[in-house]
Amino acid sequence: MASITIKPTRMELNRIKARLKVARRGHKLLKDKRDELMRQFMLVIKENRLLREKVESGLAKAMGAMSVASALMSPEMLEQALLYPKQSVEVRMKYKNIMGVNVPEYEFRTKNDDPSEIFPYSYAMTSGELDDAISILSETLDDMLELARVEKAMQLLAQEIEKTRRRVNALEYVMIPEMEQNIKYIRMKLEENERGNITRLMKVKDAILKEAHGYETI
Amino acid sequence: MSGYKIAVIGDKDSVIGFKALGLEVIDVNTPAEAKEAFAGLLRSKDEYAIIYITEQLADKLSDEISAAKDKVTPAVILIPSKSGTLGMGMSALKKAVERAIGSDILQ
Repeated sequence: MASITIKPTRMELNRIKARLKVARRGHKLLKDKRDELMRQFMLVIKENRLLREKVESGLAKAMGAMSVASALMSPEMLEQALLYPKQSVEVRMKYKNIMGVNVPEYEFRTKNDDPSEIFPYSYAMTSGELDDAISILSETLDDMLELARVEKAMQLLAQEIEKTRRRVNALEYVMIPEMEQNIKYIRMKLEENERGNITRLMKVKDAILKEAHGYETI
Repeated sequence: MSGYKIAVIGDKDSVIGFKALGLEVIDVNTPAEAKEAFAGLLRSKDEYAIIYITEQLADKLSDEISAAKDKVTPAVILIPSKSGTLGMGMSALKKAVERAIGSDILQ
């Protein structure tokens, strides 16, 4: 539907033509962006699924060992054993740019390098299951961190894809057809005016000839 | 860039083990407490890069968590609690796919 507010002038026609050209180009670029984002997204999803399964099974194991440990030890003892952790972790964040989306990457740093430092208690007072639980947890932690990375990447990519998809669709199904319609409308209007003009000239010519020589064409 | 911390929110039995690993553990008993703890973590802005939260609690905090989804930090990651997984992590994945593509194309 050509909007009524459009002025059927040659200038307007040229303006819309230029805009259409830009819109077409933008549409193509956005479409390419969307396709590439989608490809990246599928990779991330695949990775995410594997990692999640791994983390969930690892945590289930750790939780199992932990509940055995908490059954064998009194809650006070358990809490006391874990009260002052020796280990502490710090995460450094870097950003990776995937098609204009800033995706965080984590780099994991522990304060103590000695892997046995994860046990902040004396072995005399605690049950062995607690050791198991904690060592399983610490093995799972790497995967958990990786999971955090891909999951965040997934969320951010999903958001970006949604946005890009909307833009592509808006251009493809609304903006571009509307401009094409407008161009058509202006062209027709201009042609119509042209025809009207020619007819008018012919009429005037007739009138003049009739007046001057007294004869009629046609 | 300075170092960020990792926080774990959950019921005590599920998350206490993470304490030994040096993560910041916030043990909560009720969803209301969890809400408060979560809001507190978000307020302390860029300090936390990752927040792990148990699925049981995440269920009650879905509004807060989805609000955090579009931001770069923190990453809110669901983990199963001691009573096992609810499959919410997987369904979150499905939801993201649906959001991006418009339909669930997994399986």
